Amino acid sequence: MRQDTKFTNQNFRVIGSRVNRPDGMDKVTGRARYGADYDAPGQLVGLFLRSPHAHARIVSMDISRAEKLAGVKAIITADDLPDLTNGNREMLDILENSMARGRALYDGHAVAAVAASDVKTARKALKLIKVEYEQLPHVTDVDEAMQPDAPVIHDWIFTQGVNPTPKKPSNVCNRTEMGHGDVDAGFARAAHIIEKSYKTEQTHQGYIEPHACVASMGPDGSGELWVTTQGHFAYRNVCAELLGLDIAKLKVTSSEIGGGFGGKTHVWAEPIALALSRKANRPVKVVMTRDEVFRATGPASSTSIDVKIGVTKKGRIIAASAELRYADGAFPGPWAILGAMTSFACYDLKNVKTVGYDVICNRPKVAAYRAPSAPMAAFAIESTVDLAAAAVGMDAVDFRIKNAAKKGTLSSYGVTYGPIGIGPTLDAAKNHPHMKAKLKKNQGRGMACGFWFNFGGQTCSTINIAADGTVNLSVGTIDVGGSRASLSLIAAEELGIPYEHVKASVADTASLGHNDMTDGSRGTFSSGMATIVAARRAIEVMKERAAAMWDIPVDKVDWKDGHAVAKGKKNSKLAPLSLKEIAENSPNTGGPIAGHNEFVADGAGVSFASHLCDVEVDPETGATRIVRYTVIQDAGKAIHPDYVEGQFQGGAAQGIGWALNEEYIYGEDGRLQNPGFLDYRIPVCSDLPFIDTQILEIPNPDHPYGVRGVGETSIVPPLAAIGNAISNAVGLRMTHVPMSPPRILAALEAGE
Amino acid sequence: MRVEIATSNLRAAADGCSHVHLEATNIRGLYADLVRQYPAFEKLVRKGIAVAINGRIFQDDWTAPIPADAELVLLPYIEGG
Amino acid sequence: MSTSTVSTTINGDAVQFACPTDESLLDAIRNRVGLTGVKEGCGTGDCGACSITMDGRLVCSCLVLGVEANGRAIETVEGMADGDQLHPLQEKFIEHAALQCGICTPGFLIAARVLLERNPDPTEKEIRYALAGNLCRCTGYDKIVRAVQAAAKEMRKASKKRTRK
Repeated sequence: MRQDTKFTNQNFRVIGSRVNRPDGMDKVTGRARYGADYDAPGQLVGLFLRSPHAHARIVSMDISRAEKLAGVKAIITADDLPDLTNGNREMLDILENSMARGRALYDGHAVAAVAASDVKTARKALKLIKVEYEQLPHVTDVDEAMQPDAPVIHDWIFTQGVNPTPKKPSNVCNRTEMGHGDVDAGFARAAHIIEKSYKTEQTHQGYIEPHACVASMGPDGSGELWVTTQGHFAYRNVCAELLGLDIAKLKVTSSEIGGGFGGKTHVWAEPIALALSRKANRPVKVVMTRDEVFRATGPASSTSIDVKIGVTKKGRIIAASAELRYADGAFPGPWAILGAMTSFACYDLKNVKTVGYDVICNRPKVAAYRAPSAPMAAFAIESTVDLAAAAVGMDAVDFRIKNAAKKGTLSSYGVTYGPIGIGPTLDAAKNHPHMKAKLKKNQGRGMACGFWFNFGGQTCSTINIAADGTVNLSVGTIDVGGSRASLSLIAAEELGIPYEHVKASVADTASLGHNDMTDGSRGTFSSGMATIVAARRAIEVMKERAAAMWDIPVDKVDWKDGHAVAKGKKNSKLAPLSLKEIAENSPNTGGPIAGHNEFVADGAGVSFASHLCDVEVDPETGATRIVRYTVIQDAGKAIHPDYVEGQFQGGAAQGIGWALNEEYIYGEDGRLQNPGFLDYRIPVCSDLPFIDTQILEIPNPDHPYGVRGVGETSIVPPLAAIGNAISNAVGLRMTHVPMSPPRILAALEAGE
Repeated sequence: MRVEIATSNLRAAADGCSHVHLEATNIRGLYADLVRQYPAFEKLVRKGIAVAINGRIFQDDWTAPIPADAELVLLPYIEGG
Repeated sequence: MSTSTVSTTINGDAVQFACPTDESLLDAIRNRVGLTGVKEGCGTGDCGACSITMDGRLVCSCLVLGVEANGRAIETVEGMADGDQLHPLQEKFIEHAALQCGICTPGFLIAARVLLERNPDPTEKEIRYALAGNLCRCTGYDKIVRAVQAAAKEMRKASKKRTRK
């Protein structure tokens, strides 16, 4: 049934307050249990054997010696994993990514897995597995992979989206074009045309907690999985389909999650852990090493992007186009499509065209990473926008204000905007004290804008009211950044009770209906809506119970500030009944009181941000230091401002790492050379200043409280904001991310 | 009613047209008419596509009503992090 | 590889465990003693999630062998609170929203405690460098630094009160 989710401009009692998070106590005392913090009686240790080659045919595999080793209980190879996907290529890709099927497609691709009584035995068993590889030509660079003479990785990929479909397979799995107007005509009328090409290297989500799970399956087809994940229902459905299980017989319990950022939306080792457990008929625990996390999970696309922007003398963008080439890794994904859709979303354009190419190469299968694909596109577009502003002699902020999208703008991805926040974030940027801070020698200021869609999706929440009037809130979206606090605030707001009376938990898959993953900035948005409706339904029940207690018709009962209130003159002597009183009486008025809601939370509000950044470039070393950083973003409504700020700051920090240091470095041999935190350097505390934030609240018309997602947009602008700041500091336009010291130094030297 | 098609891949299923004319009162009906007129969409609809009704993107819920004069845009199914 | 019996003190309690001589202290604490507040993020000393103190010195327990704990005093996050009284750092981490996913929190708390024991009034820069061995991917460190500043202030106030008495 459809439910009304329209924004109502209500006054809030607890929403917007900065309460302590409910999981804080467990997390500061070491009690919180993450993926690796769970053990099952009699569990085995599961380890993986991985390909050392970028691309190789598995000529033969001999597991006989490993099988005979005392303590080895099960070995899984592709032979144990029949294709049950019924022609669903995407599911088969997931299976093949979990375990190579005849060919290793990237350095780190799993080729076998062992379950043994202890880690030493498991390690020894891996060494006893003999794999004969025939190395095949490989390609890891996105532009090289598109060349006609590149080694073709899959013989079943024929470029989609071109007419006619090619007869020869290639690494280009998809071409997507979108836009409106006539860009050629627009460019013909432009006073200035800026054209520039950019490259961005591959980055990893870099969550501190490696993937970990405990799988327990019996030969009866029933099983349990304890796992760190952004979506335990999705993990359940995918694992069940790949292994031929009944979905309801696999119970997945999500642990506390030690960071995900998109990387824990996909299954990796989990289906194999279940397969090992099923074969051994014992629980199996798998904990990845950091090396495995880098080589075989996660990363975002590396990209290569061309941008062309035409402007009039008066500083209006008259035409804009971009060609975006995204490396999807070993299997096709939607990544260039997302890059193409988000590219020019911040601007009001009459003529715009973007073309995206999704490209296969010998790298791990790309996974979502926070506003997936948008940061790289924004780097290219926002760098070029700065050049366009300079070409007409305009200030970077004023130029963007002049060209910003607004309500009624036909977006570059084809949808007409409702009320949006890009204009207000730019106005706030222009007036921010940051803009007046003095810059010193070798310092420069830059800014950039960013956009992300935000998602809704399937959602299901339950409220159970305990006999003392305290409340259990069960949600099915994983809490990655404090959503139990914000959802508890929402329940307290609706029920009219103190925040401390609500206990929010993430329910396992056997206790609640399906919930989509916590991705697309949807956790607080969609579970928030389900919680509002569940609470309102519980209130309806409580009104009935109050009516029973008073012995009056239910239509004479109102709900106000956490109390049932009797209406009408006749009932004026009846004192309001508190939620607690109604709860205490519930055994005698019809039993437990609950409210439940399941629905599809469509209508997530698009989100925009403007970032300001001051950098200092050391001309001796090429190192860039962030001097000042400000995030201005539209949150719709900030339910818990601390955790909204936390999302802004965390996204900015990830973007800063991406901009300055982080990159996958592949050798000529196609092997990843830096699969560890020492050589894949994410920002540390001493790299960063305080990150200033300004929350704007432009209500989402399709959420009762006006909430938009806030989790992802903050990673979109930093690459470009920093690139623009570096350009203003040292007069160099950096076109290759990360803008690491060697690259800047080389550019400085070339410039001189 | 006029339905814009945002991307070239989706347009390919509609014989390359940038928009189509469909009759429907909700999303389920819209997709049904789409597949009836352009059978190439069947696979795409099964895999997942999205439609924006007056700027609001619907990915999963096919029960959403479509007002008579709505702006309608077919989009690829998108995923986040 | 032989196995060795280790007698050590963890959070003030006498603890004995047997572990192979090549096993890390991190694995021994987690798997043999059962204190899983000590986290493994990398196993190579780069992330600080496994930070503990050994005789008061801050170490990555993944880079220490279990057998090296013999005769030493180990402190982990589980020992930070005094009964039902949280350490000021623990309190301020909660109050200042200095954690999101929380996997790095035990390491940060231990590292910050070592800092404040040595330097009760650190500058922002000193805090940032003292915590530079601990990786956090969620917060951008902003609220962590603020929580440490707030805890330092409170601890200074408390110690002044004590000296006045």
